[in-house]
Amino acid sequence: MTTEPTHEVTLEINGRPTTIQVPARRLLSDALRVELGLTGTHVGCEHGVCGCCTVLVDDLPMRSCLMFAVAAEGRSIRTVEGLAAADGTLHPVQEAFRQCHGLQCGFCTPGFLMTATALIERHPEPTDEQVTEAIAGNLCRCTGYQNITAAVHKAAELAAGETPVEIPTAEARS
Amino acid sequence: MKPVAFEYHRPASVAEAVQLLADLEDAKVLAGGQSLVPLMNFRMAAPAHLVDISGLAELRTITVDAEAVTIGAAVTHSELLDHAEATATIPLLGEAEGLIAHEVIRNRGTVCGSLAHADPSGELTAVLALLDGSVEAVSTGGTRSIPAAELFVGPLMSSLEENELVVSARFPRPPAGTVTAFREVARRHGDYAVCGVAVRAEVDGAGALGATKAAFISVASTPVVLDLSAAVAGRAPSGVDRGDLYDRVTAQLDPSSDIHATADYRRHLAGVLVGDALHDALAGAATNGSPR
Repeated sequence: MTTEPTHEVTLEINGRPTTIQVPARRLLSDALRVELGLTGTHVGCEHGVCGCCTVLVDDLPMRSCLMFAVAAEGRSIRTVEGLAAADGTLHPVQEAFRQCHGLQCGFCTPGFLMTATALIERHPEPTDEQVTEAIAGNLCRCTGYQNITAAVHKAAELAAGETPVEIPTAEARS
Repeated sequence: MKPVAFEYHRPASVAEAVQLLADLEDAKVLAGGQSLVPLMNFRMAAPAHLVDISGLAELRTITVDAEAVTIGAAVTHSELLDHAEATATIPLLGEAEGLIAHEVIRNRGTVCGSLAHADPSGELTAVLALLDGSVEAVSTGGTRSIPAAELFVGPLMSSLEENELVVSARFPRPPAGTVTAFREVARRHGDYAVCGVAVRAEVDGAGALGATKAAFISVASTPVVLDLSAAVAGRAPSGVDRGDLYDRVTAQLDPSSDIHATADYRRHLAGVLVGDALHDALAGAATNGSPR
């Protein structure tokens, strides 16, 4: 069998410049898990429906299973591993999910955490409708969603109690 | 599953992209990939080459002028939704965009990509058809404009040639006094519509309806545009006979059954939704004061 050609891709992972060598067909979700060992990003349906693999690409939530790693050249990627502080202090979203019991088996949780993180960065005081709309693209088979929506609201509260984070504007992102 | 191996190309310009499409055998354009990558993950699509246009700055433009809103091929759904001038100029674009999948998908999927994908349940296919819009396609042989009526030829089939690249979609502004709305029914929020309808109606200074059309998705292999003027022209909004609209629309549609809905149910939805959409359009006009 011939060896598949690879591409060198330089991107930022959780704030750290990183270079990986991947075949063109490597999905970003698999590159994170296989090349980078960041197995917090889960792979469920692999066709963009379940939301488990959601990561932030230049601060916007996207499906890492619907993106080739090679197409992430130059992008800034944030995964669930980047949420907690270096000393292990939980991110407000993680703390809120813990407090509100917003998870059971935990398989879908990384996707929910990243989706919720993006939501409260963009809408620091989300309405019920914004919360529902944001997480509608993430499937959870355990919780029944009530505790998750409560957790997202709680996360916004906890985050508001912290030093405000500077949120890039749409213009700055593009 | 994982995609079949392919060769990845990242052209630095549209000219380079169309040259690649001309030279390469079995190449596909990759923009946002929100429809193409799932197909590749399932190995239902296995192109030998992908030409990634998502980074081309020259395709990342939204232009609003006196005639139309023109959207470049690298513009995502979210970027269009966030473009206040474009969605204020053609509110139907914003309304349809809000119904497309979830924000996470809209953050990467592109407007032109969903048109080129020609999914018969794609909301934007109905908007392009209803507004008599077009896409601009470029190849090494030149540039041509393809009107919506000629672009969509079947389910996931467009009249684009393999070596052509859609560089923009043009949505003409409806005449002043036109009101619009989009309504759809999906099993779950963000799912493909079981049936959807976009309407446009002209309303004169006295409040009477004029030319009125509706475009339907998920009821045929391409978007279906029906002229409803004969049913409503000359009437005041309160005089619209929804039963008559229902009968006319259901008589002209021949959807198929699948696991999501029977043909009869889709036809019924089309008949009901067209009345709802027209009602919304006219109510919006009343609220806004000056209908567009």
